[in-house]
Amino acid sequence: MVKWLLTMALGTAAVASRPTPALALDGREARLAVAAYEVAYATHSAAIPAFARKYGLRCSACHTVWPELNAFGQTFKDNGYQLGNDRDSPIFQNNAYWPIAMRTTPQLHLESTTNQVTDASTGKTVSQAGFDLSGVDFLLLGTLYKNITFGLVPTLDADGTTGLEAAFVRFDNLGNSPWANVKVGKFELDNLLSEKRFTWLSGNGGFLYAYHYLPIGSTNTFGFGDNQIGAEFSGHSIDSYTRYSVAFLTTDDGTPGLPGGKSLDAMFTLSRAFAMGGGLGPQRFGVFGYLGHRPTAFELSGGTPIPGTGTANKSFLRLGATAQLWVGNLELIPLFSHASDDAALGPGPDKPAWNSGLLEAHYVATPQLLLQGRYEVLRMSKQGDPAIPKTQGNADAIALGVRAYPFMFSRDGMALHFEIAMTKTIGTVPLSGDGSGVDPLTPTTAVWSRSFLLAFDFAF
Amino acid sequence: MRPQTGWLSLLSACGAVLLLGGATSAPAQDTRVGNLTGHAAAGKPLYVRYCAGCHGDDGDAQGENAQWIDPKPRDFTLAVFKCRSTPTGTLPTDQDLFDAMTRGFVTTNMPQWRPLIPQNRVDLVAYIKTFSPRWKRARAGTPIAIPPEPAATIQSILHGRELFQKMECWKCHGPAGHGDGPSANTLTDNKDNPLRPYNFETGSRFMCGVTNQDLYRIFMTGLDGSPMPSFSDQIQPAQAWDLVHFLRTLQPLNTPEAAIWRAWLATHAAELKPIGPEGGTQ
Repeated sequence: MVKWLLTMALGTAAVASRPTPALALDGREARLAVAAYEVAYATHSAAIPAFARKYGLRCSACHTVWPELNAFGQTFKDNGYQLGNDRDSPIFQNNAYWPIAMRTTPQLHLESTTNQVTDASTGKTVSQAGFDLSGVDFLLLGTLYKNITFGLVPTLDADGTTGLEAAFVRFDNLGNSPWANVKVGKFELDNLLSEKRFTWLSGNGGFLYAYHYLPIGSTNTFGFGDNQIGAEFSGHSIDSYTRYSVAFLTTDDGTPGLPGGKSLDAMFTLSRAFAMGGGLGPQRFGVFGYLGHRPTAFELSGGTPIPGTGTANKSFLRLGATAQLWVGNLELIPLFSHASDDAALGPGPDKPAWNSGLLEAHYVATPQLLLQGRYEVLRMSKQGDPAIPKTQGNADAIALGVRAYPFMFSRDGMALHFEIAMTKTIGTVPLSGDGSGVDPLTPTTAVWSRSFLLAFDFAF
Repeated sequence: MRPQTGWLSLLSACGAVLLLGGATSAPAQDTRVGNLTGHAAAGKPLYVRYCAGCHGDDGDAQGENAQWIDPKPRDFTLAVFKCRSTPTGTLPTDQDLFDAMTRGFVTTNMPQWRPLIPQNRVDLVAYIKTFSPRWKRARAGTPIAIPPEPAATIQSILHGRELFQKMECWKCHGPAGHGDGPSANTLTDNKDNPLRPYNFETGSRFMCGVTNQDLYRIFMTGLDGSPMPSFSDQIQPAQAWDLVHFLRTLQPLNTPEAAIWRAWLATHAAELKPIGPEGGTQ
């Protein structure tokens, strides 16, 4: 069952062609593999020079530093990638214009993980180092017509595997109101702190535990940072200082083909920004929540679950609050979240629950130089099985980085990216590095995983 | 474009981090919008971030994108601005520049910078005023007075239509306001760049605002730097309001004026003389 769920979660093609060390593992290891897999193969998207070319704006107009959106860029996105000057429809573009951009990141990186069980040792530090590649994101986004927006993000992983990160159509400004927009397809959740647009790339720094962690023994596959399939209703004030979104999503964590059941997940976000201070942007505060379901039983055919027949849904909940605060050129992004899963999605009689919090700081020295740091902590408040030590799964993650952009204009962008990131997890392998790794010998052993990354991140 | 990275800037940035950042403060030309005071020094990095790509690092409309943009971006070194509350030939107020930046310009590449916090926009106004010595020599003009708007009536609209014919607005804007008058293809701005007259049919907004007062202001102040003159010496305020009411009927919007016009047209269309070279008064 677990193997089947994992296959469904990852997709048949993906399982067949990508490294899948966990397919033959038990539930606990499979949980780790799913999360690590999602993290390791998570694509970073959404720095889109095609928009800059279309509108003749520098990257810095929409990004504090790309790919992170600033207040103007957020409004542009909320308005369906339109400036609203009655020149957004493609009919006003030169025929030679194509709404496409590409992004990839050649890199030199080092990954090391302590307390790994090998054939020769029960506590060895395993390291990898060398030149490497990220995948390639093909970012096709724009307008089909005034107030009709599309998005299409095919991906090509470094090993040659293809994927479809996003594919949606959006109807904007329904009834000439910015408060009514509908998006249908596969898309990034309206996360106030976006993993797709953030400025971290390394194996240990390029994801948030708050968005991907799953407790020991969980069969859940949900990740906040994963693009989901469904419909999103959203709206915003004309300057996007007030924003809301409500989404209804299939229960498959973004996997196409309806492999799960027939129920829907629901997500909401609500945020309000205030024009206070003299910083680079307004002060924004927001809350978010996700109520999901996962089936625990299926119709069987020859003992094999039939896709789409999932029943006996059990729920899980994610709640959180975040902010985006500016003090001059210093941006502070705190985030707190609480998560819990139904006991039936875990290994024992109890509902596992955990909390995570982080503080991310950006110093935007200029539009071409960013200094950044992040500290994240995750603590289990209750395990799914009383036999599991309370601290198992706890995580601490810290990351430091510099991004320098040697040039800045409206045709493309490149960043010289340097990042050091470390995570410490108790009794489990971190969701980091290349997605491989095994749990330590005992459930109380701390595992450190470290990343060092020097990369050339470019988009054209 | 000026390179902005290097060890010096990195060290500077590190130092600034220790000081928790903060906008710079420096002596600036006096710029005030409401309760906010603009600081040119704080506006400079914002200008580089948001504006220089089109308007150029020196404000001379020679940004790297300017060659692709139509109409061309404003040349701040000339200190000539279309959207003003002040009489033609005078400098705009700080509020005018702030409003223009906030509103953007419909059918151009100039977006609405409304998402920027007000302090950022005021700082940008202060910095834009550093590009021309004219700001040191002259003061902003006094905003024109806009009398209360009379109620729109069919008489007002018809009178406005007569003025549209008599003042030869149609020569540029076209008989139906589609921006296709006989002179439309000959128009240039003050830098000899080709310019198209406003098309009332496509724009949901006017070049300098959305309200009837904004429209009144446009043809009483003119759009400096463009062929659109000021009519303040040629028409009286009441006539200007009549013209406003007529122009509203040319837009594809459900305005009160359009409703009055459509109701009247349903029974009187045959009485209208065409607008244009053969046209006369109603």
